[in-house]
Amino acid sequence: MLYELTDVAKRYTQGRKLVDALAGVDLTIADGEFLAIQGSTGSGKTTLLQMLGALDRPTGGQALYDGRDLGKLGEGDLAELRSHAFGFIFQAFNLIPTLTAQENVETALVPWRVAGDERRTRARSALARVGLAERGHHLPSELSGGEQQRVGIARALVREPRVILGDEPTGNLDERTRDDIIGLLESLWRERGQTVVLVTHDTWVASRASRRIWLDDGRLAPLPEDDDAPAQAAIPEGVGLPA
Amino acid sequence: MFFTYIYRELRRRHRQALLTAFGLAVGVGLVVTVSAYATGVGEAQEEVLQSLYGVGTDITVTRAAEEGTGGPAEFGMNPGERQEQGERFSRDRVLTSRGQQVIAEDRIEQIAALDDVAAAAGGLTLTVMHVEGEFAEMVPGQGGGQAPGEGETPEAMPSQAPIEVETYSIAGIDVAQQAIGPLSSAEIVDGRTFTSDETDAEVMLVESGYAQQNDLAVGDTFAIDGVDYEVVGLLTSSSGASNLYIPLARAQKLADEDGVSHIYVHADSAENIGAVQESIETVFPAATVTTAEDLAEQVSGSLASASKLADQLGAWLSVAALIAAFLVASLLTVSSVSRRVREFGTLKALGWRSRRIVGQVLGESLVQGVAGGILGVGIGVGGAWLIARSSPSLEASVGSAAAAVGPGAGMGAGGVGEAVRETLTAAGTVTVELGAPVSAQLVLIAVGLAVAGGLLAGAFGGWRAARLRPADALRRID
Repeated sequence: MLYELTDVAKRYTQGRKLVDALAGVDLTIADGEFLAIQGSTGSGKTTLLQMLGALDRPTGGQALYDGRDLGKLGEGDLAELRSHAFGFIFQAFNLIPTLTAQENVETALVPWRVAGDERRTRARSALARVGLAERGHHLPSELSGGEQQRVGIARALVREPRVILGDEPTGNLDERTRDDIIGLLESLWRERGQTVVLVTHDTWVASRASRRIWLDDGRLAPLPEDDDAPAQAAIPEGVGLPA
Repeated sequence: MFFTYIYRELRRRHRQALLTAFGLAVGVGLVVTVSAYATGVGEAQEEVLQSLYGVGTDITVTRAAEEGTGGPAEFGMNPGERQEQGERFSRDRVLTSRGQQVIAEDRIEQIAALDDVAAAAGGLTLTVMHVEGEFAEMVPGQGGGQAPGEGETPEAMPSQAPIEVETYSIAGIDVAQQAIGPLSSAEIVDGRTFTSDETDAEVMLVESGYAQQNDLAVGDTFAIDGVDYEVVGLLTSSSGASNLYIPLARAQKLADEDGVSHIYVHADSAENIGAVQESIETVFPAATVTTAEDLAEQVSGSLASASKLADQLGAWLSVAALIAAFLVASLLTVSSVSRRVREFGTLKALGWRSRRIVGQVLGESLVQGVAGGILGVGIGVGGAWLIARSSPSLEASVGSAAAAVGPGAGMGAGGVGEAVRETLTAAGTVTVELGAPVSAQLVLIAVGLAVAGGLLAGAFGGWRAARLRPADALRRID
């Protein structure tokens, strides 16, 4: 298993209040899976995604990634893991406004300390993969929402990470662009066999995943009965299945 | 990437970046101006001291007159013999310095033998009143019409013949030790100085201002008390109190004294001046021992006020301005970091280490600091230039005990509007024009301060950025 989460809890204080964002989650994710995390607002979806992306440490339980305990790694090791294993896609795209599309993609390679030429070549090919080969010199403000998210995806892909983590990646996009973006993610998943974990409110988006889970009040819950999502996408052959 | 990112970021928020740089520039500019002003005042003060004191001299020993000594000056202007009446006369009355007693010459050797004393030389300053005119004629009284010789003394009326009175000062110089004492900082502008064998020669040096007034040139002769002295050299016009310089033995003969009025002492090092002062006071309790430091304390007048202003108000003002500038720069940087929480959170999520993000923030601040430093030097130089241009004249007076002679030397390292000429207006009062020189060192310090301000601001911002946890950073926005 790529991820093994046992009784994972995350408690933090908000003002004087203690909030249990996660209250004992048991979850395993196989290598090559396309997992959608659903749930109502405040159910702990984003917290769980941050846990999976080593952006946060659990306050209880154990979260293993590839056998490594994320709760016990130091800041340096976590930064190292984030720069090699994970690619993040954000709802608000989170591009650096002063840098061009090309430079934004390059920021993902900065922790690797690769030479400038190689960095630029790789960023260009990542942009080409998301269909933005000609838009590399534009600032984020000069791009449409869909194009910005494509830059975000190129930035996540440029390091060829093992896991792509998306936090409502289509939350800010119209339906048509949403379909484009999810189509792009789906084809990348199929082509490259990367593990994709998406947090989403959107049942249609969730329906594209190979597996869906539902969070309620920081715990895993059964999918609601009125959920009218279409049938799940099939896991590509040879991907995510235990050997 | 590092430089591209810094450049783009600063360009994006150029207003804030300019404000930060400008804030630092104003603070630094004020420091430059105030420091230049203080340097100007310091140089002016030094110039005053130099003009009142020999450069090679560390300590001057004098002896105050006891109360009740001295008396009214007599000029012998009343004819002693009846036949002298109506005849021309020319007399010189030689006076030793007012308020000072002559010191026996063996004191010089005694002081020279003290520990830490490199050399000691004697000097005798004199004032000569030159009186020239005609003896009064006694005119017999006209009233009564009695014939003379009837047993009554005729009433005598003095005639109103013109009498010219001129006063000038003379310094008797130890020709063997010209490196200390009044001539130590003098510059010969024409002719030569004394040779060491002219201990009793009838030669003199003339201060060039006095020479000009009296139409004296090298080769001319000048009579003092009936003795002709040959003018062998002219000294810089910025000289101190004495108009004429003659060998010490000659001055002693003039004054009919065996001793000296001043002993000039050169210590073997600046640190030992205090110790030398103490040992002189021990062996020679009656002496007044003056060091350059004492002299500085005695300086009063507008120069002293300017110096106080520079030291107190100026220093506080620039410290306050610097603190304000650093504070503004820090606050602006911290606020900019706060607005970039998502940006830094994203970079952390991409695997950027905290130190790389801190480095980025520091780099941006450093650029602003350098820009602020350069701008600040411009502002500072402008301020210094304005001060030098308005060039206020300052006056300083020094107590009479310190009114030893010695020509002022030129100023130190050059710079913008450096303190310039002085004129000796009266004994012990010097007028100097104030300048505000900006040295290369000051420029470096200014840029350094601005860079330090930038780095301080960057450190605050960076510290804040480093403390961001990526999850918190993203949660706060999304």
